[in-house]
Amino acid sequence: MTCPFQRVLAPSGRPDPYPLYAELRATPVARQDDGTYVVSTYQEIVSLLHDPRVSSRRRDLDRTPAFIGLDPPEHDRLRRLAMRHFGPPRSPGRIDALRPQMQAVTTGLVDALAGRNRADLVEEVAYPLPVAMICRLLGVPAEDEGRFHAWADELIETLGPGEEDRAEREQARREVTGRFDRYLGDLVDARRHDPGDDMLSGMIADGEMTRDEIVRTGVLLLIAGHETTINLIANGMLTFLRNPGVLARVQADPGLIVPAVEELLRFEPPVQLISSRVALEDLTVGGVTIPAGSPITLALAAGSRDPAHVPDPDRFSLDRPRNEHLGFGGGVHYCFGAPLARLEAQIVLTELVGRLRGPRLVDDPPPYRPSPILRGPRHLVVDYDDVTPR
Amino acid sequence: MRVVVDLTRCQGYGQCVFLAPEVFGMGEEVLRYDLDPPDDQRDHILRAAAACPVQAIHLDWTAMRAVPESRPCGVRFEGRIVIVGGSLAGARAAAALRRDGFTGPLTVVGEEDGEPYDRPPLSKQVLTGHVAPEHTKLPRVRPVEAEWLTGTPATGLDVAAKKVLLADGREVPFDRVLLATGTRARPWPDAAEAALTGVHTLRSAKDAAGLRAALAAGPRRVLILGAGFTGSEIASVCRELDLPVTVVERGPAPLVSALGGVIGDVAAELQREHGVDLRCDTTVTALEGDAGGRFRRAHLSDGGTVEADVAVVALGSIRNVEWLRGSGLAAGVWGVACDAGCRAVDLNGLVLDDVFVAGDIARFPHPLYQYQFMTLEHWGNAVAQAEIAAHNMISDQAHRWPHLAVPVFWSSQFGVNIKSVGVPTFADQVVVTQGSTAERRFVAAYGYQGRMTAAVTFDQGMWLEYYQSRIEQAAPLPPGDVQSARVPERLSPSAEATVVVTGHDPAERRVSLLHTPGGVTS
Repeated sequence: MTCPFQRVLAPSGRPDPYPLYAELRATPVARQDDGTYVVSTYQEIVSLLHDPRVSSRRRDLDRTPAFIGLDPPEHDRLRRLAMRHFGPPRSPGRIDALRPQMQAVTTGLVDALAGRNRADLVEEVAYPLPVAMICRLLGVPAEDEGRFHAWADELIETLGPGEEDRAEREQARREVTGRFDRYLGDLVDARRHDPGDDMLSGMIADGEMTRDEIVRTGVLLLIAGHETTINLIANGMLTFLRNPGVLARVQADPGLIVPAVEELLRFEPPVQLISSRVALEDLTVGGVTIPAGSPITLALAAGSRDPAHVPDPDRFSLDRPRNEHLGFGGGVHYCFGAPLARLEAQIVLTELVGRLRGPRLVDDPPPYRPSPILRGPRHLVVDYDDVTPR
Repeated sequence: MRVVVDLTRCQGYGQCVFLAPEVFGMGEEVLRYDLDPPDDQRDHILRAAAACPVQAIHLDWTAMRAVPESRPCGVRFEGRIVIVGGSLAGARAAAALRRDGFTGPLTVVGEEDGEPYDRPPLSKQVLTGHVAPEHTKLPRVRPVEAEWLTGTPATGLDVAAKKVLLADGREVPFDRVLLATGTRARPWPDAAEAALTGVHTLRSAKDAAGLRAALAAGPRRVLILGAGFTGSEIASVCRELDLPVTVVERGPAPLVSALGGVIGDVAAELQREHGVDLRCDTTVTALEGDAGGRFRRAHLSDGGTVEADVAVVALGSIRNVEWLRGSGLAAGVWGVACDAGCRAVDLNGLVLDDVFVAGDIARFPHPLYQYQFMTLEHWGNAVAQAEIAAHNMISDQAHRWPHLAVPVFWSSQFGVNIKSVGVPTFADQVVVTQGSTAERRFVAAYGYQGRMTAAVTFDQGMWLEYYQSRIEQAAPLPPGDVQSARVPERLSPSAEATVVVTGHDPAERRVSLLHTPGGVTS
């Protein structure tokens, strides 16, 4: 019997990794053969997310990474400079102000499902909305979507985890990030001469980031801004369709979409694992000493279903009084785009639940995308009777 | 809809600001919010409360979709419970008793009229004028069936007869009682000078309304006596309102009595950078008024004077325990002694089974700090201790809980969110472990005899949780540029208490407390 974590990583683990995570939690801090320590219980994950002795710094690159791969104080500086054009303190209302546009795009996408009885909700809804919104925010032309979508998919396959094929993956990663960098670099140069009200133009106008820093931040936000939200939306419809009682309640009371999305982030999180941390010194967690230099993987999806943290963890419930989950991580690397993802998921799922009549899954489980880290269906084919007009 | 944020828990993720930007606002890490936002913000607020990663936003239960959780704790106590004190600790204890399944009669005695309100905003968004003083009422986190006797201070406690005596002559019988009468502002000692128009203290919503009006009138200068947290926060508001302000502090720097000299020096620089005329190692000797009884100037210990229209006396607080004189409890200026389970201790050192204490007046032994008795005037302590007291009041001795929370405290001033965990004055060394004091973004760890006892963050609140766990584990102080903590000597807690022991037979030997004529100096 192989270690449960290796079975999580194997393609066969993709449709339902949760029983494997339950096995994994029996050993909260589990050393793998490649020297990685996998942490799977809520308290231990939270403590490591807040532990300054755990580094996020990527040392294996030939260039300075974006802030997701940096430690304070560099991380804090770059994240704050990007945040100026995304949220508080400088732009507190920016994301909330996008709600009408999110709604308009979503309405259009669902309108397009009318007149037939089958659709792939990943291709037709879950993917196009986040892409449209991140393009608008960043200032990336939406018509280039075909180019960077393929690159983003390739890039996600290079995330790992695992140490064995790391060199190979790094090579692939360098190639695809090179393409991304050149694409964003050209865009930054264009924006410098023809600025808009987008984030790239804002970061350029501030004059506090180098061109490379803006490019890397742009690449990060472009990829993270949609590759994760697709899965949140797709996992959401999948979960609703598997739980008719939940679907009926959300249909009857659309306000329930707010706790529903929080519960999705706990129950079927788009980001299952954080696989890029390293212990800077020997540290003891859950009674296990992780030696300095060891890679650490935080199994967020396992932690959010830890029965020591949340009662009845394998049940999807709209009534959890205080839903604290690891869906967006925690600590200084807490998901930058969380508010955008939340609103997008709330709006899209409300629209789908409210307008698709008699929706039912065609394949359960659906086919999954390969990554165990950013986990979600490749397609979500749904049959339905009709689409309620707006 | 009422809103309160548990800033003890808040780590500054800012999700509420994104989702309800009309209600919540944030600087680098300082959160300011409207405690009583209009109903048209309801949808936004519900999204914000759901999104909070640490679930620190509390709303009226009627606004929530879910019925508040109930977790009956099994043990049934059916007697009559009286809570003396209707502010944060008292109200939270009442809610906790009902949540945990207490169904007997419950009475809350409160000195102030009206519903309990939140005090931290009074020295912040209320003084700036962003929130009206009457809009600080605490949300009703659950329905609480209780008799509220407000506007009636308690004047005595008869432990033997199990009665609380009220100012209007009424007697309220109890089977178990919780004492949570809190503190009041320490007034300027000269009553005539304190009565001058323009001389303020700040503790209640009424105080805040008066001070807000005085600041809004555009005084020539504001004088603040004392640079503790309250005085420093008021000075910060004055600068935000572009009012000239002088702060006079007896100690060598602001915040020294809470955070020691190393961080105090940083706080002093922060004040001066923001244009505060800060006078340390100085005291005010007299407040002078004009013929009309208006405050005009203050005389200082260095011989100087300060011309100002408003003086704020921020010299700390006095515990509301006078009403317990003669009760036989170990109560005095230092607080009401209790065990770690919030049960009051009498003068003989005996634990009482039916009298409990919580909040600012509770003086309890903390095992992490060598079992020293401490009182903590912190929002988070009031909430945590009220929960423990409520639980223990309805539990048998096999199921009681100790109050072992590591203290957490916050303040926002001059755009910086200051948080602390542990007891920073319980230290002999300080080391900056993250960030830099020059940038005003750092973490400082405190140690006593090599063991970590506290940490203070300036705009680095996300790390606090780590330091808390290190303190709980008695971890060593991390290496680095270790400095002397320069904390004030801890008060010997019994210095002001003189007791005599009488009687010879073990059944008769008892302690009585001698009260010093003229009261106690501090």
